[in-house]
Amino acid sequence: MRSLINILDLTTEEIDKMLDTADDIIANPKKYSEVCHGKKLATLFFEPSTRTRLSFEAAMYELGGNVLGFSEANSSSAAKGESVADTTRTVCCYADIIAMRHPKEGAPLVASMNSSVPIINAGDGGHNHPTQTLTDLLTIRRKTGKLSDFTIGFCGDLKFGRTVHSLIQALSRYKNIRIVLISPNELKVPSYIKHDVLRKNGIEYKQTTDLESVLPELDVLYMTRVQRERFLSEEEYIRLRDSYILTREKLKNAKESLTILHPLPRVNEISVDVDDDPRACYFEQALCGKFVRMALIMELLGIHLD
Amino acid sequence: MHIDSIKEGIVIDHITAGNAMTIYGLLGFDKLECSIAIIKNVSSKKMGKKDIIKIDSNIDINLEALGYIDPGVTIDIIRDSVLVEKRSVDLPERLHGVLRCKNPRCITSCEQELEQVFMLTDKDRKIYRCMYCEAKA
Repeated sequence: MRSLINILDLTTEEIDKMLDTADDIIANPKKYSEVCHGKKLATLFFEPSTRTRLSFEAAMYELGGNVLGFSEANSSSAAKGESVADTTRTVCCYADIIAMRHPKEGAPLVASMNSSVPIINAGDGGHNHPTQTLTDLLTIRRKTGKLSDFTIGFCGDLKFGRTVHSLIQALSRYKNIRIVLISPNELKVPSYIKHDVLRKNGIEYKQTTDLESVLPELDVLYMTRVQRERFLSEEEYIRLRDSYILTREKLKNAKESLTILHPLPRVNEISVDVDDDPRACYFEQALCGKFVRMALIMELLGIHLD
Repeated sequence: MHIDSIKEGIVIDHITAGNAMTIYGLLGFDKLECSIAIIKNVSSKKMGKKDIIKIDSNIDINLEALGYIDPGVTIDIIRDSVLVEKRSVDLPERLHGVLRCKNPRCITSCEQELEQVFMLTDKDRKIYRCMYCEAKA
């Protein structure tokens, strides 16, 4: 029995295979419409979410399975003080696979240590969000045709942005990736990402506070939201929120082939006038999230089609 | 200075000078009923100065904690006044119940009954990270 807690739980070969499956699901959805018949996915969301929870649920329905669960901690026994371990042991009695989002970092790992069914980490605090990373990888591969030989810029909150950390970790295992880190000084990527991931893997990277100066060199731009819920001080949040706003005007100097991604939700960091630009791929990215989660659910349930 | 040799027990040798009291406290030796000798600043050819702890009883030593505090130490097991075993201690790959995670967002901050586990992620820089949230110790 296998779980997905950290994107590094998967080898690049396994990731590539999963993305192949997702591509095939997109091309041949009918082939997969009943493969999870009789199976149940439990979505245990101790923290609010739109895309992740709904894409998991849509994924399971489109595989012919069923879904149960809760969408906030207040509607579960966690409100009564139940531990993650006990909740997991209970839900294992009712579901074949569990997707868990939790505000506390490491909660899905605790769940996996107490589970008889596969656990999928659907986001734990500012820590990991491996299914968003699979979503990002699928989108990049579908838009650029490859997962190597490109320059990607990460812009915004690189300190608390779990999607950024997971995607950097995943990309560090592919060839000839160049990374540009664009953030205010207060929201720079943590030192462990630089030491343990970038330097350790010999990844070429640079840090800057100026988005416009580096835009022309990017093949992929990964925008992020400054997350209110990660700040202890409201004043600090408001000060940093408007650090980077991508507009159509700023995109004038960017490559025509640029792929603009954002894990969503956005606040104001991408102006709505960018949405019509053919380089804006963030809603397509949200769609990719459903397909890659379908592939992941199949993989963890051991369902393989020839 | 003369300290009697022990008949049954453990000698923790090659302790980095100044670390003996840390080891004494963190490994809970203050709770032992047997005789314990803490010898500080002993001359050593190899180390210049070292500390030694002699425990007059065969107790279980938390090797993980010892390796974390001072990975160069050696442990001599004495039976009937004879050295029967000599163990060296290295940085442990995992630490169970030795450190506490300080990350307020870690699951261990609200579920106190979870065992605190830290993993060695960089041996050269002696960096341990929480198994749950990966925060640095």
